[in-house]
Amino acid sequence: MTSGTPFPTRVAARFLASSIELFARLITAVRAEWQGVEPVPGQRVYYANHASNGDFVLIWAVLPRRLRDRVRPVAGADYWLATKLKSFIGRHVFNAVLIDRTGSSPKEAPVAQMAEALDEGSSLIIFPEGTRNLTDERLLPFKTGLYHLARARPEVDFVPVWIENLNRVMPKGEVVPVPLLCKVTFGAPQRLDGDAKDAFLDRTRNALLELSRDDV
Amino acid sequence: MIPDLVTLLLGIVALLVAASLIGSLLERAYSPNGENAAIENLTARIRAWWGMVILISIAFLAGRTGVVILFALCSFAALREFVTLTNARRADHWTLVLSFFVAIPFQYWLVWAGEYGIYSIFIPVYCFLLAPIISALRGEAEDFLIRVAEVQWALMICVFCASHVPALLTLEIDGFEGRGVLLIAFLIVVVQLSDVLQYVWGKLIGRHKIAPRLSPSKTVEGFVGGVASATLIGASLYWITPFTPVQAGIMALVIALMGFLGGLVMSAIKRDRGVKDWGHAIAGHGGFIDRLDSVVFSAPIFFHLTRYWWT
Repeated sequence: MTSGTPFPTRVAARFLASSIELFARLITAVRAEWQGVEPVPGQRVYYANHASNGDFVLIWAVLPRRLRDRVRPVAGADYWLATKLKSFIGRHVFNAVLIDRTGSSPKEAPVAQMAEALDEGSSLIIFPEGTRNLTDERLLPFKTGLYHLARARPEVDFVPVWIENLNRVMPKGEVVPVPLLCKVTFGAPQRLDGDAKDAFLDRTRNALLELSRDDV
Repeated sequence: MIPDLVTLLLGIVALLVAASLIGSLLERAYSPNGENAAIENLTARIRAWWGMVILISIAFLAGRTGVVILFALCSFAALREFVTLTNARRADHWTLVLSFFVAIPFQYWLVWAGEYGIYSIFIPVYCFLLAPIISALRGEAEDFLIRVAEVQWALMICVFCASHVPALLTLEIDGFEGRGVLLIAFLIVVVQLSDVLQYVWGKLIGRHKIAPRLSPSKTVEGFVGGVASATLIGASLYWITPFTPVQAGIMALVIALMGFLGGLVMSAIKRDRGVKDWGHAIAGHGGFIDRLDSVVFSAPIFFHLTRYWWT
């Protein structure tokens, strides 16, 4: 949120943010496990498995305030601009980087948008599967966006984040969540290190899958 | 009620002060830099006890409504932990949603209203029959009996049994009017001290494991020492109950035995599911169920014994 935002908007956004966090914690009692990285300031791209619309909320909720204020989820504009409330939450609560998924804008635009957000000092939350995983597979193949972003900003750490159980809290097509314990695991950061596309996508995907192994 | 409750609470606070002192002495002697895991866990547990005692004291002072709300929230948190470990799947979604958002509030409202005739059968009869119906309507047969049994068990343990703690407030005992909250205090003090003393006796002189395959930390010495001391403590607390000292001792013995066996049963479930604790909500203790397991097994028995002989 920029400092030019009017005061009432900021108050409303803060109130909504607290409500969303309280609700998320009531339903999931979410806790973070920092396995390969510490919750310290620094520019990062958190990339996570995507099984539910609440995924980025959980990551956002477990980040310490300092980190949370700097992190921006990358999300589909079609979803977040659909209603006034969603658009307010997307813009002022989560400060989302909204990507056009309709295909009408140039293909490079999303990567350029993300790189620009990084250049402004933000961290990002992205879901490299590109869409919600509603299959029985643990993790879908990654789209190439992650690689293109890594190539555009090779000095940024890509931190794998495994979100556990949220798909059971809110399965596809359901509107009311079932309260279940959720866990968010942060793994060791990855960098491009000169890898080619497939090698990089394989490595980052495996790093994420590795975090899901000790699921309980 | 108030003077005896205050006396009891002051006694508990004194106990906690002593425990905190011992904890910090042990820490200074054996774990000044946090290197001894057992002592770190002990001090974490004592700190969490302060929080739990403060919470429950507030609920006691707030009366029936406070106690009902506190245990309804405990049921919610416990059910959340329990269901996490079950095989529930998409077809059970609405069964679970209704369990959390309808069964819990309704059961506790019935307890609050003192509707013994309904709250004692609502879950064992109505939920027992309705839950499999709702799951069956989704047409998923795989693991059906397992899924239905797990939900039913979860509701019985986490909601039905737990709700018998506040239900103690609704018992009408001659000469004990308005003192119901002390019955709850008696149950909780005895069962929790029994747990703590089993742990202490076990750590001090425990040699022989009592159930190595279910709960490797439980020993015969801990069990005997803990249950015996809890029985004596229960007998000495007769002044807050409608019981004579001997009756209070027998009640405390039953409570401590049920508490121990409850812990054993819940350990078996954890072992089967390959987890050490039910959750991470209470630092040093694990989840809500880790703290409540002995209470939920003893509460309905204590409730019905008291109801049968004293009302």
